[in-house]
Amino acid sequence: MSGIARRDLLRGGGLVVLFALAGSSVGQEGGTTGGGEGAGAPPEVAPGLPGSLAEFPHLDAWIRIAPDGAATVFTGKAELGQGIGTALLQIAADELDLSLECVSLVTADTGRTPNEGITSGSQSLQNSGTAIAHAAANVRYLLAERAAWRFGVAVETLSTANGVVLASDGRRATYGELAASLSLHVEARPQVVRKRIGVRHHIGRDRPRRDIPPKLTGAAAYAHDMTMPGMLHARVIRGPADGTLLTAPDFDAIARLPGVERLVRTGDFAAMLGPREWPLVQAMLTVGRMPWKRSGAPLPGGDLRDAIRALPAEPDVILERNAAAPVAVRHITARYDRPYLMHGAIGPSCAVALWQDGMMTVWTHSQGVYPLRAALAELLDLPLERVRCIHREGAGCYGHNGADDVAADAALAARAVPGRAVKLMWTREQEHGWEPLGPAMVAELSAGLDADGQIAEWTHAVWSNTHSTRPSRAGDLLAGLEVGRGFAPSPPRAIPQPNGGGDRNAIPLYTLPRVTITSLFVPQMPVRVSALRGLGAHMNVFAIESMIDELAAAAGSDPVAFRLRHLSDPRAIAVIRTLADRFGWARQPSERWRGQGLGFARYKNSGAYCAVAIDLRIEPETGATTVLRAEAAVDAGETVSPNGLRNQIEGGIVQSLSWTAHEEVRFDAARRTAFDWSSYPMIRFDAVPYRMAVHVIDRPSLPFLGAGEASQGPAAAAFANAVTRAIGQRLRSMPLSAERIRRAIAAD
Amino acid sequence: MIELTINGTRHRLDGDPAEPLLYILRNELGLHAAKFGCGLGQCGSCTVLVDGKAVQSCITPLAALAGRAVTTVEGLGTAAAPGVVQQAFIDEQAAQCGYCIPGMIARAEALLRADSRPTEASMRSAMRPSLCRCGTHMRILRAVRRAAMAMGGGIVDPTEPAS
Repeated sequence: MSGIARRDLLRGGGLVVLFALAGSSVGQEGGTTGGGEGAGAPPEVAPGLPGSLAEFPHLDAWIRIAPDGAATVFTGKAELGQGIGTALLQIAADELDLSLECVSLVTADTGRTPNEGITSGSQSLQNSGTAIAHAAANVRYLLAERAAWRFGVAVETLSTANGVVLASDGRRATYGELAASLSLHVEARPQVVRKRIGVRHHIGRDRPRRDIPPKLTGAAAYAHDMTMPGMLHARVIRGPADGTLLTAPDFDAIARLPGVERLVRTGDFAAMLGPREWPLVQAMLTVGRMPWKRSGAPLPGGDLRDAIRALPAEPDVILERNAAAPVAVRHITARYDRPYLMHGAIGPSCAVALWQDGMMTVWTHSQGVYPLRAALAELLDLPLERVRCIHREGAGCYGHNGADDVAADAALAARAVPGRAVKLMWTREQEHGWEPLGPAMVAELSAGLDADGQIAEWTHAVWSNTHSTRPSRAGDLLAGLEVGRGFAPSPPRAIPQPNGGGDRNAIPLYTLPRVTITSLFVPQMPVRVSALRGLGAHMNVFAIESMIDELAAAAGSDPVAFRLRHLSDPRAIAVIRTLADRFGWARQPSERWRGQGLGFARYKNSGAYCAVAIDLRIEPETGATTVLRAEAAVDAGETVSPNGLRNQIEGGIVQSLSWTAHEEVRFDAARRTAFDWSSYPMIRFDAVPYRMAVHVIDRPSLPFLGAGEASQGPAAAAFANAVTRAIGQRLRSMPLSAERIRRAIAAD
Repeated sequence: MIELTINGTRHRLDGDPAEPLLYILRNELGLHAAKFGCGLGQCGSCTVLVDGKAVQSCITPLAALAGRAVTTVEGLGTAAAPGVVQQAFIDEQAAQCGYCIPGMIARAEALLRADSRPTEASMRSAMRPSLCRCGTHMRILRAVRRAAMAMGGGIVDPTEPAS
C-alpha cells in the first residue's frame, strides 16, 4: 500500500493506527455485581482491571479468534430484551477493528462464559461492556505485537483495519493467522488503551438489533420455543398461590388423566409429564379444582402497606448531615406508599431440562445462571460440575420472577426421565399466583424551607422488605421447600448502600444542609417478594420528587427552577435543563384539568441521569387520565446504542405509568387475588401517551452507565406532579388510578 | 377430521376438535411465532389471522376452523424477506424482549388489511387487545403508522410521525 493511499485511509477513518500504552492503570471501573443483588459473582482477582476483567482477567474468557478471523465474544450477562446482545458486539467490533458481521456473541452459560453474577441493576454495559471493550483492545494489541515481531518492526508503526494488521511497507497479516500462532490465555494489561473516540465506527451509532428479525418471523428464539427429540411437556402441581398448599391432592386421579404419561413426586413436589401439551393443559383444570389451604403464616388484615409499616424494622441511618443552615420556617410532612406489584411476564416462566449421563442441563431464562446452578446442585444433590445452566431468552422478566423456580421444577421432573428432555411451563394462573412480588413500601418524608425558600432540612424514612430473594441455595427455590429435605430459604437481607434495596435512591442528589435518611428494613415477609426493576428507586424517587414539588409550591417557585437551585452536579443540571428546554417547560398551556410535571433522578446515584416530563389531561367526571406527551432527557455516559438507550427509556416510562397509575396486587384473607390480566390489569394501548420523545446526552469520554432502570422513578414522579397540577390536590398513594383521582376531585 | 389452510398449505388434522389452534401451530407444525401468554384471550400473544381477521389462537378450537385460512407471522415473510408490517417493525426497532411482537404484527396486519387509513383512535383501539410488558407501545404504534404508509395508506390523524 502506498503512503498516499494509507494517508487517505487514515482520513477516511477506515484504518486505525496508534498503538499506545497509557502511563497508568485504568482502574476505578471494577466490580461485578448485579447492583448488589444475589450472591453469585466471584471475588476480584485483578482489582486494577476495569469492569468484570477484575474477576476474569484472561482475554480468552472474553474473546476468541477463529482461523478465519471471526471473533467470538463471551459475556456472563444475559439478553433480557434490553438489547445488550447487539450493544456488546458493537463494542467488541469497534475495539477489535472487525466488521460487525465477523463478531458473534455467547451469553450466560455456566459451561462457557465468565460468571458475572446476576444480569440486573443496569450493570451489563458497566461491567461486561467495559470488560469486553478493554479485552478487545488488548486482543487487538496482542495481534499487532505478534505481527510486529513477524515483520521485524515496532508495533507503533502498525495499523489495523477490518481484521488485518498492516505494516507501513504494505505487508499484512490477518487476525486469523496471527491468532493461530499465539495464546489469548493471558491476562489483560491495564495500560492498553481503547481506541480514540474519533475512530470508533459502531459505538455511539445505531446498529439494528441482531435478534429482532428472527424474533419477528417465527424463529425459535425463546426457551418456550425449544423442542428436542423425544421431549416431554410438563406442568407442576401446587396450590393456587404463594402461601398455599393443596390439602389432599388425588394423585391417582391425576395419573389416570388422558395424556399424563408420568407423575413425578418428591415430597410435596409433584409434576405431570406427557408427550403432548394440550392434554396436560386440560389436566391442570382438574388440579385447579382441588382443595387447598393457607400454609404460610396468616396474612395481616387490611392494606398490607400498613402491615409493612407496623412490622418490626431494623433502622439504619444511611445518611446524616448537620451543616450550618438558616432555620426552617415552614415544614411539610407526608407519607407516600406503593402496593405490591407484579413483574407480570407476558409469557409464563418456562425451562427445559435434560438429565443424561449423570449431567443435568437446564435451559433457563434466569437472570443468574451461575447462582441458579449452585441452588440446583444442592437441590439435586449433585456436584456443581454436574449441573449446567444455559441462558435462553424468555419473555421480559423485569427482575426476579418465576424463572428460577420453574428451572428447579423442570430439573426435578427431568431427573425422573433420564435421557428425555422435559419442557415445563407454568400456567398463567401459576405465574400470577406464585411469582415473587415487587415489595409494598412506605416512605415518610419531612422537609423544612428557610425564609428564602431554600430547603434547610430533610428527613426520609423508608420501610421495606428485602428487594432480593434471588436463589443461591435450594431453599430459595419453591421446589426446594417442597421436596421435604429440610431446605430453608436464605434469611432475607437488606442490600447495603451504595446500591441499596428498599433504600435505593433514598438519598436525594439535591443540596440539603441538614438531612437524615433512614432505611427501615423489615425482615418479616407476609408475602414472598424479590427484585422488581429499579428496586426501591421507583418508590423513593416518587416520594422525593413529589416532596420537591410540594416544597417548590410552598416556596412559590417554579419546580424546574427550584430543582436547579438545589443541584450542583453539572450532569444533573444538564439533564434537567435539556429536558425543560426541549419539552417547552416555560411555555406550558394553562387549561383547567390539564397539568405538567417533572421528575428527576440519577439511578442508584451512580448510574444514568434521567429526567422525565409529562403533560396530561384529566376527565373530571371519571378521573381518567390522558397522557398527551412524555419526554425524557438521559445521560448514560458514553452511549453505545442511542436507539437502544431510547428504547429502554421509553419502555421504562410506559412500564412506570402502568405501575404508578394502574397496578396493585390485592389479597383476601388467604392469598393474592390476582390470577390473570383481568384481575391484575396493566396499561393498554388506549392509555399510553399520545407522543413521546427521548433526548440523549452523549458523553463519549465517560464510562458507560446502565440505563435500564433509569426512567421508572422519574416517570412515576412526573406523573404524580402533573396530576397534582391538573386537579389541585396531591395524591401520595399509588396507584394514582382513575378511581382515586375521581374520588379526590369529588371530595374537593 | 378437520381441513384448513395454514400459510397457504392445506392441512387435515384429526386430533381433538377442542384443541386450540395455538398448540397445533407450536407443537405439531413447528410454527413458533404465535406465543402462549395467558390461554384466556386476554393478552394477544397468540394472535394469528383467520380469513384475514385477528384471532387469539389460544382460545380458538380446531373445530371452529374447518375450511378456514389461517395465516401466522411465518406466512407474512422471513428474516431475509420480511413482509411489509414486519419490515416496519424492524425499521422502528419495535421490540424489547419481543415475545408479544408476533401477535402485534398479526393484529396490525389484520387492521391494515381492513383499513389502511385508520384514525389514531381506531388504530389504538384495534391494538388494545394485545399486551406488551416491556412498554414498547410507542414504537409499535410508530411501526403500524409506518406500515400503513408503506401499504399506500396512513394514519389519518397521527399523534406522532413515523420516524
